[in-house]
Amino acid sequence: MLLNIEINGQQVSAKRGETILTVLNRIGVKVPTLCYLSSLSPSGACRMCVVEVEGLSHLVPACSHQVEEWMQIHTHSPRVLKARKTLVELLLANHPDDCLYCDRNGSCELQVLSEELQVRDRKYISKHKPVQIDKACQSIQRDPAKCVLCGRCSRVCREVIGVAAIDAVGRGSNTRIGTTYNKGLNFSACVKCGQCILACPTGALTERKALQSVIEALGNPELYPVVQFSPTVPAAIAEEFSLKSNKDVLNLLRSAFRKMGFRQSFDTSFAADINLMEEAAVYLERQPENKKFPFFTSCCPSWVRYIEVFRPEFKDYLSPLKSPQQIMGKVIKQYITSSAGVKPEKVFVVSVMPCTAKKAEAESENSGNKSVDAVITIRELIRMIRLLGIDLGNLESEPSNTAFSLSSSSGRLFGISGGHLEGLLRTINFMSTGQDLNPVKINDLRGLKARKEARIKINKQSVNVVAVSGLANAIALLDEIAAGRDDFQIVEVMACPNGCINGGGQQIGLDEKSLKSRMKALYDIDEEEMVKMAHKNPTITELFDKFLSKPNSAMNREILHKDQPKPASV
Amino acid sequence: MDHIFEKYSLKKPENLIPLLQDIQKEKGYLTDEIVDKVADYLHIPTNRIYGVATFYDQFRFRQRGQYHIQVCRGTSCYLCSSSSYLKEIEKLLKIQAGLVTRDRKFSLEIVNCMGGCGKSPVIRINDNYYHRLSVSDLSDIIRALREKKQ
Repeated sequence: MLLNIEINGQQVSAKRGETILTVLNRIGVKVPTLCYLSSLSPSGACRMCVVEVEGLSHLVPACSHQVEEWMQIHTHSPRVLKARKTLVELLLANHPDDCLYCDRNGSCELQVLSEELQVRDRKYISKHKPVQIDKACQSIQRDPAKCVLCGRCSRVCREVIGVAAIDAVGRGSNTRIGTTYNKGLNFSACVKCGQCILACPTGALTERKALQSVIEALGNPELYPVVQFSPTVPAAIAEEFSLKSNKDVLNLLRSAFRKMGFRQSFDTSFAADINLMEEAAVYLERQPENKKFPFFTSCCPSWVRYIEVFRPEFKDYLSPLKSPQQIMGKVIKQYITSSAGVKPEKVFVVSVMPCTAKKAEAESENSGNKSVDAVITIRELIRMIRLLGIDLGNLESEPSNTAFSLSSSSGRLFGISGGHLEGLLRTINFMSTGQDLNPVKINDLRGLKARKEARIKINKQSVNVVAVSGLANAIALLDEIAAGRDDFQIVEVMACPNGCINGGGQQIGLDEKSLKSRMKALYDIDEEEMVKMAHKNPTITELFDKFLSKPNSAMNREILHKDQPKPASV
Repeated sequence: MDHIFEKYSLKKPENLIPLLQDIQKEKGYLTDEIVDKVADYLHIPTNRIYGVATFYDQFRFRQRGQYHIQVCRGTSCYLCSSSSYLKEIEKLLKIQAGLVTRDRKFSLEIVNCMGGCGKSPVIRINDNYYHRLSVSDLSDIIRALREKKQ
């Protein structure tokens, strides 16, 4: 049923049950918001979106108030503007004025609000309560002083990720976003996915920086710095520096890395291909036993951490494979650079990831024996490109200078939820039948959906698979499996909604449009690439022949699989 | 603690506060382990429980002293300068509100309203209520309690 309402004197029809904000967005009236995120339930906490409704004595929050037939709404009346300005002034009362030194300088929503509402002097001064910066976690850093208590991080953590590691603690003016017992983030339920960083409007949540160590390593003549980058990096860089889509971003990126001082650059999707080959073999070996099913993928470190910490009963279901990042680092150090005559301890592997959990994953190895020495997020890479004065728009693209650069498009699809599964099914099909999957594309596993199920025939057997993204959806699936659901053979999980294209290390403020363009970029590569499957990648075959042995052999287990707990000594 | 859990066989989130109240009544205060157990039992993340427990003044994460002093800071008591009483007690006991003395004899807590607004300011020590004390009365009471044998 349509309602007739009036907004700023204009007649508008609206559906029953819609919030005022939805209607405003539709007709192109912009009201500022702070605590509102379209993917989350509205909380109405910040009151930034208040509007005046004739006949009501108080201002109402547009984000959580539903439209009604008789409403005459004023969105920018003097009263509303004054209220909004006062709200920002109050938020600024105990906000540290250190924008120039802040990580989010230039991308801060509070800064934007303050500018939009013309806050020009400090109207209220409140006591600054001393707070401690939480640096306990290797991935994420929290600075409660910069928090405006909008609650976006805690709602994402609860509703999208499902772990509720951070939430409001205390009451009144003592309220803080904190962890249980106010311990450091590394003692909490945090899975380090970094979605809270994307949700945070200010600089209260940021990644732990590794940029400095990378810059130092680049300037150290003793070291041999190399870089590996996730398949989601080219699209993100193209968008950030507004590169034209006809440019060869991948090779442009490689040339930028060389200008920075990296000796070689590797596409992590090469390791994703190794992962696929090995994982397909492990899956086929596990299949006859049919005990540890469904088979869970293990390329997302946040998901692996969730299983290890919260659902250890499912630990044996996880694929034993390391994540592509760790495999790549290991292969670079052990084979690729050593065949060029560089000692592994001289090699400094930097990885560029759309992910904060990968930072902690790299750190989890013993310091003398690390596969990856530093992990930077895409945000840090963007800063590094600017810092080192690299003008991507005027750079000549150079092809790769390493032998191990060719990766199949299956490996690239790791960047999006469902992509890993698609690549894995292609290789499983080949390994069990000797023929290629036909059709190669699995449409059921594509698109921006939280849960994608597909049923395909491999070797005359039907295989039921599911790809879920957003850890909360995976938790719901685990509950289904625990309750007895047993028709899935393979389960792929990405902790971030829609996978790595929306990872916690991506640029801040991505909307659905840019997610779609990133998704399309990856699918386009799959469309155009000649080598669509890991087992068709000649360099992978060469690597397995030359350095590794056949998939799922004892030697490969040593290198590509996670450390298994050693049997107790007798 | 199992007998308390048994009372709440319906594992609903709305049972959280009564459950915590019952546990605190028996144990005197809440601990990290208790929060963990309740979280497991009710399937609520620990942080939600910690958030609730720190929101309400009634829940404590510290053991009470032998004499638990509650100073009211409701509107009425506040206007009758209950904060000067609070300051005086903090000075006498050398602890801040929310803490326990080292000998575990006294603990001090600020509460919101005890319903004695007509006789503000109100102070409660264990089960005894005191109202409209003078500051010297207050120090006498505390001295007497301090010297009192078990």
